[in-house]
Order: sequence, then C-alpha cells, then structure tokens
Amino acid sequence: MEPLRRHRGKVAVLDRLNVDTDQIIPKQFLKRVERSGFGQFLFYDWRFHADGTPNPQFEWGNGSADGASILLTGENFGCGSSREHAAWALSDFGFRVILAPSFADIFFNNCFKNGVLPIALPKETVDRLFAQVKAAGDGGQDSGYALTVDLEQQTIYNDNGLEVSFDVDPFRRKCLLEGLDDIGLTMQWEDRIAEFEKKYAPRERYELFSNCYLNFE
Amino acid sequence: MLQKTGPKTLVEKIWEAHQVASEEGKPDLLYIDLHLVHEVTSPQAFEGLRLAGRKVRRPDLTYATMDHNVPTDNPFVVNDPIAAKQIAVLEENCKEFAIDLADLNSSAQGIVHVIGPELGLTQPGKTIVCGDSHTSTHGAFGALAFGIGTSEVEHVLATQCLWQSKPKTMQVNIVGERPHSVSAKDIVLGVIAANGIGFGTGHVIEFTGDVIRSMTMEERMTVCNMSIEAGARAGLVAPDETTFAYLEGRRFVPSGDAFEFAKEKWRTLRTDEGATYDKEIVFDVTAMKEQVTWGTNPGMGTDVDGRVPYPEEMESESARRATASAIAYMGLEPGMRIQDIEIQHVFIGSCTNARIEDLRMAASIVRGRTVKPGVRALVVPGSKQVKLQAEAEGLDEVFKSAGFEWREPGCSMCLGMNPDIVPEGERCASTSNRNFEGRQGRGARTHLVSPAMAAAAAIAGRFVSAKAMLEESIVS
Ligand code: SF4
Repeated sequence: MEPLRRHRGKVAVLDRLNVDTDQIIPKQFLKRVERSGFGQFLFYDWRFHADGTPNPQFEWGNGSADGASILLTGENFGCGSSREHAAWALSDFGFRVILAPSFADIFFNNCFKNGVLPIALPKETVDRLFAQVKAAGDGGQDSGYALTVDLEQQTIYNDNGLEVSFDVDPFRRKCLLEGLDDIGLTMQWEDRIAEFEKKYAPRERYELFSNCYLNFE
Repeated sequence: MLQKTGPKTLVEKIWEAHQVASEEGKPDLLYIDLHLVHEVTSPQAFEGLRLAGRKVRRPDLTYATMDHNVPTDNPFVVNDPIAAKQIAVLEENCKEFAIDLADLNSSAQGIVHVIGPELGLTQPGKTIVCGDSHTSTHGAFGALAFGIGTSEVEHVLATQCLWQSKPKTMQVNIVGERPHSVSAKDIVLGVIAANGIGFGTGHVIEFTGDVIRSMTMEERMTVCNMSIEAGARAGLVAPDETTFAYLEGRRFVPSGDAFEFAKEKWRTLRTDEGATYDKEIVFDVTAMKEQVTWGTNPGMGTDVDGRVPYPEEMESESARRATASAIAYMGLEPGMRIQDIEIQHVFIGSCTNARIEDLRMAASIVRGRTVKPGVRALVVPGSKQVKLQAEAEGLDEVFKSAGFEWREPGCSMCLGMNPDIVPEGERCASTSNRNFEGRQGRGARTHLVSPAMAAAAAIAGRFVSAKAMLEESIVS
C-alpha cells in the first residue's frame, strides 16, 4: 500500500446524502476477476446513460472531477452492501481522501484497508468547504479547488488561510503513514511466524502436506 | 502466549497449538495448516499479491481445484464467459504461484470440500481455511475448519496466518437410539429445526455423543457441513478409530511409522474430562423421522409425515411473518401434508451429500424403479473419485436406467452458478444445504432432504418416506 503522509489534491464535490455502495459500484461490475480496474465503473449509473454514453447532467459531467484525488460529499457515505469493490473503485479512480460528515461502518473500514483516508468532519465544516469549492468555480480539467491533507499533523488546509484539524484512530493513522496494509502489518510478525514454523515443524519430513502440526501435549 | 490452564475442549487445544501471537484484548495470530482455493473467491486475492509484489508464503500448504461454476454436462465446454475466465485465471495463478491444482483434467478434481478429505489433505488437528462457508465440512476429522472472505484469502496466501478472535465453544450432544431410516442429513436438519438457524452464532460446535461416534466419516461430514447453517463459525467431531481408518493410505496422509506417530498425537485430540463449553445442547434422535424442509431457510423443516405449519401457530410476530412469506414463496398452503407436495426436479449432489455413501444410499432406493414421468432428476457426484468409484460399482447404470442424468463432478445445482438451475416457480428435492430464495435459480423452490429421500421423491414425484418405499408399501 502506498503511504499517505501529506497529500495535496484537487477536490471533487458530490453534494448528496446516503450514497450507497450500489451507486458507488453497481452490481453488474462485481463479476470481475481483478481488484483493479474498477475506477472506470465508479458511479457508473450516474456518470453514464444506459447505452454507455456519458451523462452531461451528472454533476461531474463537465469534467469537474477529472484529476481529483479528494472527494467531498454528504452524510452516511458508503452505506448498503459490504462490497469492498466500492473502496477499490474509489481508489482506482484516484481518490486518496474522502471528506464527509459521516460514513457507513464497513465502508469506512474497507477504505483504510485500501489506502484511502476517510475523514469525518463536523457538518458545518463540510458545508463551508462545499461553499468554498463552489465559489472557486468548478469547471474544467486543470482548474479547481485544492486542499492539503496532512495526516501527520491531522490538519486540512488551503492557500487561503483555511485550517481545520481532524481525528483519526492512532493505529490506522500509523498504518497509512507507513503504508502498511493488513498483510504488511502481519508481515511485521515475520520472525514469530518463522519461529513458529520451525518449532512446530514435523518430527520428520513426510511427503507433501503431512506436516500437520502435531503439538498437542 | 495467552493459554488456558486446566482441562480444555478440543477447540481450545487446536487453537492453542496454532497461536503464533496473542495479546490481551486483541485477536490471535493463528497459523493455517491447509488453505484450499477455488476459482470464484480467489482471483482478486492473487491479483492483490501481484500488485503488491508478494509471493505465496507456503504453496505447499495450499491446494486448488475448480468446482463452483464448472459445467457438469461437458465440463470442457464453458459457455458463460465469466465462468470460463475464472477457470482460466485460476490455472494461470496456480502456475505463477506454484500451487497444486486439481484442474478439469485431473482425477482429483471435484467439490473442494469433497476432495480435501478424499485426498487426505484434511487431517485431525489442522487449521483449515477456504474462501467458502462450507469449509466447516472438514471439521468431521477433528480439524478446525472455517470459511473466509477474499481479503483473508489474500492474507493467508501471503502470510499463512490469520488474525482471529477466539470463538466461543458449544457442545451439541446427539444421543438416543438412532432409527435405521434416519440419515445424518435428517439429524442435522432436525437439530437446526429444533434450535433455530442462529443457535450456533459466534460458536464453534463440537458434536459429541454415541450417535456421532457410530457415524461413518461421510455422515460426520454431512453433519459438520451444515453447522454453518446453524450460524456456527465451524463444527467438528473429535477423531477416533473411524477417522484413522478412513485416512490410512490416502494420498497426502503419512504412511508407516509416520502414520503411527501421527495417530498417537491425534488420539490426544479430545475434550478433556471436566472441560466446559460456553453452551451445551442435547438432541435425542430416538423418535426422529426422515426430514423435509418446507420453507426458505434450513431450519424450516419437519417430518416427512408432517404438515406445512400455520403461521398463526408461531410464537412471535416476526416468526409468523417469516413463516407466511416462506410459504408464499414456496407456493404451498398452510396445513398441507408434506407428502402431497409434488416436485419437478431432483438434485442429488453438493458438498453435503455427494460422496460415495450418499450415492449408494440413493441407488439402493432407485434400483429397479423408474423416475416419475415429468420429473427431471440429476445425480452430480462430488468428485471424480466418487464418480469413478460409483461407476465401478455400477451405480451410474442404476441411476441412468431409472431415468436419472449422470453428470460430471461440480457444485452444479447447489447454487446454480453453472447452467444447472431450477426454473422459476418449479420445485426441487435437493440434497444440498441451502434453500434460500433464489438459491437454485431465480424463483426456484428448494426442499432440503437426504439422498434417500431425494431418490424416493424422484420415483414418486412427491415427498414420500424412503423407508416406506424400501419396504415396498408405496406404489408410485
Ligand atoms: S456444493 Fe454448494 S455449498 Fe458446497 S461448496 Fe459448492 S456451492 Fe458451496
């Protein structure tokens, strides 16, 4: 997993409540054999018409989310089905940080597992950010409103004097700062695992698979 | 290492033997002895490894097969492009990561929970995982075996370990005089019907008692297979001479002195005198009859000479509602006799009941009889080995001449991921483990039964007692 320390990026706005994981990644895209490549299907049913042509009516239809890596959205983001594909899709699309007043539990966990930092901010702060992004005018690929998210300092700021602090679970913060996913974390126990394997190794080396761990006294 | 002192249950012994790390208030890091892999829940896990540049830590403790969506008429013609892709991707992944694979050409191929025991991969005292909930089947050998999700599959591939919190333990003591006509499937359906589908939640069940002791390994597998339908994390049975006799001589089981040594160790795998479980249940089989489910979860079942319940009879409002909606989905009438339910499909297969004993039992009913016209009946052996054995015994002829289709091994109509599905509104007597809405196809109606009962239903076109049929008191 790529570490996340201080991240500066363009903000995409999705001013909606209760965006569920079925919207984030519709079920017709779950039958893939890969974990990557889901970004193209992010919010598919909103971004595209049934015939696959882009929907200019959608709030990102004017390219306002192109190149964005921070998502600013409404309450209870990520509710519904537990599919990890939702986090995969957001991450693959390029998002590293999601700002919202609140998140659904499982989705919140899945984000951390996939190197995405979800930050729950007070509603007023989110509203203030919504207003600032709008004021900045959100058209076009290269323009847009940028924020810096500093995970080390636990602050979010911009060039115009905005600065807010946020909370994050210390353990998860550490994982993100060091780029450790669950597997990476377990790998830090490598010595113990190797020691276990040595100690519990079979008395003799039988054929394949007979090295069941016969330590039951 | 946090370990218990004093008498221990079987689960605690296996658990403690596999603790790589444990700290107060945190899950334990548990070593995994055997990781079984199949085509549906593994592709993203392998891809994750590749993206992170990781390897499979112990390919020698990993074994793969393909079962969930292989077609069973001709497995080499896979029409569904996604199924074909998953099969091809598993082949590539196994090659890249040096994992043994029982592919479609292999004589070892079959349903993952059938081939593990058959090959002797499943052994007492092991921790066994697979990206599939019915991994509990392997508990029949006194292994701690449970299903995991795709992220965990990746975790085990990379580290051979899993973070797990210690489960609660439960004893289900099966006692009484087992009637000859009552199969292991009837017993486990009976236990779930009596105690509710959630009774095992958060627990690992140890099945004990004389009835379990006198069961064959096949029967114990059927019981453990369905412990997941009771909500349990796993189910197991302490190993004994029956277990050892089954294992001796199998491909991955040590032989000679090594086997004797292993046996000595395995004998210590039982719950100590004086050890206590978090929960205990006693179930008496003496008055049991053959079972048929009428509803949309495995706990909604009754005796073959029973009736569909009246929702009003249920104790709670939520149970009344659940009963009414299950009856509606199943297209039944409250109070109707189970024996009056007519079926159009019969499926003898799945990891619950597609082993050789199951097929022998079904064949003993079918022999010399014919499938009722209008009924489509399928036998899908659990593995290539089962199929070959059955053919050597002539069971395929018994089934075919009675009008059954004789298929290639796979999960088939258990979950309808391959083309074997039950059409909307039609009814199937099935030896599988789940009768949820839509499980065997959209709108399909599933009744769970034993292999003998499924065979009898195929002949009669409705549910009848297999015992009565054997005694020839039923004219179809
Ligand atoms: S037979 Fe059915 S329950 Fe068993 S592994 Fe296959 S799909 Fe799952």
